[in-house]
Amino acid sequence: MLRLDVNFFDYTILAIYFALVVGIGFMARRAVATSEDFLLSGRSLPAWVTGLAFISANLGAIEILGMAANGAQYGMSTVHFYWIGAVPAMVFLGIVMMPFYYGSRVRSVPEFLLRRFNPATHLFNALSFALAAVLTAGVNLYALALVINALIGWPIWVSIIVSAGFVLAYILLGGLSGAIYNEVLQFFVIVAGLVPLVIIGLHDVGGYSALKEKVTHTALGPNSFSTWSGTNVGHWTNPLGDWIGIVMGLGFVLSFGYWTTNFAEVQRALSAKDLSAAQRTPLIGSFPKIFIPALTIIPGLIALVLIPNLGKDKNATYNDAIPLLMNRFLPNGTLGVALAGLLAAFMAGMAANVSSFNTVFTYDIWQTYVVKGRRDGYYLRVGRVITVVGIVIGIFTAFIASGYSNIMNYIQLLFSYFNAPLFATFIIAMFWKRTSPWSGVAGLAAGTLGAAVMHFGGYHIAYFYKGGVFDPSHSTINAQMLNFYGAITAFVADVVVTVAVTLVTKPKPVSELAGLVWGVHDPNAPDPDTVPKPAWWASPKLLGGTALGIVAILSVIFA
Amino acid sequence: MSDQTSNDDVDTPKSAASRLFDIRLLIGGLFTLYGLMLTVAGFFTSDSARAKASNININLWLGIGMLVLGLFFLLWHRLNPLKLAPPPDDGAAEQRRHEH
Repeated sequence: MLRLDVNFFDYTILAIYFALVVGIGFMARRAVATSEDFLLSGRSLPAWVTGLAFISANLGAIEILGMAANGAQYGMSTVHFYWIGAVPAMVFLGIVMMPFYYGSRVRSVPEFLLRRFNPATHLFNALSFALAAVLTAGVNLYALALVINALIGWPIWVSIIVSAGFVLAYILLGGLSGAIYNEVLQFFVIVAGLVPLVIIGLHDVGGYSALKEKVTHTALGPNSFSTWSGTNVGHWTNPLGDWIGIVMGLGFVLSFGYWTTNFAEVQRALSAKDLSAAQRTPLIGSFPKIFIPALTIIPGLIALVLIPNLGKDKNATYNDAIPLLMNRFLPNGTLGVALAGLLAAFMAGMAANVSSFNTVFTYDIWQTYVVKGRRDGYYLRVGRVITVVGIVIGIFTAFIASGYSNIMNYIQLLFSYFNAPLFATFIIAMFWKRTSPWSGVAGLAAGTLGAAVMHFGGYHIAYFYKGGVFDPSHSTINAQMLNFYGAITAFVADVVVTVAVTLVTKPKPVSELAGLVWGVHDPNAPDPDTVPKPAWWASPKLLGGTALGIVAILSVIFA
Repeated sequence: MSDQTSNDDVDTPKSAASRLFDIRLLIGGLFTLYGLMLTVAGFFTSDSARAKASNININLWLGIGMLVLGLFFLLWHRLNPLKLAPPPDDGAAEQRRHEH
């Protein structure tokens, strides 16, 4: 990458920010007395706080740098990750699924599976999630260290330990509240850091229409500003493949799976103060999500126009698009804010994983299988200890990643197999009360296997190669498209096996499904007439409908 | 860590979540401070810094923007302060006093 021209002013801005990051941990400390205070913020937070944290937990720097890179590499089609992918899934989580999660008072996503299915399904999901979370935390940590090393010159190992120390401090002290409050603050700092880049960049290029004009003259070509062109099934030319892969694979299977079942996300909603706030968490989050492409994809396209050899030069990879623009445009001061936002984003990516890992480990593994029935203070201590352990594992993972970066890619690929079928299992479980306990783990295993088989088998299918021509060296394969089709395979395999196993095994008695399945009323739920209703403008259906409406209009404009 | 040990003696410790501070104060404070710093710096922007940012005095504009957002959060906090959750029943308040 490049070395940023950081001066005393920028360092002052950074120092103030990092002091506040730790300060939030200290100040949130006094609100922690029980394990639920520590691991779920005592279920006390207002919807706008959890909603912004919901977005920030995903707005790690891998997301920011990665989406800018995708923008430069694939053009405007990258908005599918937001408008087909994230937003509909977030609306679905808020309106349809949140009543089951929050209403049943489960403390984690795996715990929902325990009550809906059986311990085997629960363990399968809890273990794969916990392992993925700590390893992803390590990957984030390593990515953070790389950026600090490149931009301000600290050695990798110093960066790894110092940044892990900051995250440890605010989670260990403030628990989930410390993490969530930092995520909210970080959301605003990231936006403040990226907006100047977009404004200056667009001004320099000569405005939006000039950007469009110039991008079409790059290698991306005339379709770079069109999101749906070239998505015909059979002879696709869009960089993300055909519409079946985009709509079903990316949108329906992968995004719904990630946003509605990934505990690092759902946990933010579970920490909300009541069901209405929990439902509004992903809905409020969906509004900023609609417009984040302007802060990620547009800089990617600006960099493509302004930085010669972007993506072809080792010192200017697609992932460097945003740092390169920061270096080129931002004067000291604004540069400090942007750098604070970028570093904050990396820490958030790690913190979201650590703060969901410690909850799943404490409640789903330790309290459920290892040491049961102790007082709450004991599990609060377990939560604190496992937070330290999780971060130490993250540090080791980061050091391993710095030696063997390919291993990390394989590990992430492996976990993507586990994630692919999750949505199928959840959706069947919530809407078909016959679904039997053993079908859960069987369906998940089949789906995971299906994703892996499709991923390897897909390399032998000419359709996934550019122009439909098989390339023995695999260099022209459309990896994104193969990934989407792998997800579809996982979904289908999961559905088929879940239904088949259900038909030959015993279902759960309906009395055990109260509040977990559509149409099975929970006798312990508060009377809907006595629960305070949100104001009309905060009604989940209105918020969700508005978000979908905006996305539909934007999709037509940018089609 | 002393208050956790004391919680072990109580059968069901009470949540302390209502003691959580208001994040609006911190967002407001940080953005007001950053806003002032950048706005002041914006008045002393050198020609080279301005030229670097495509002839936009970005420190000034970002400073004003952050200042406005910071003041908005402070004002919101002032006009609509965090409502204290109703005190939990059965002696939770008393237990809190014991902790301190």
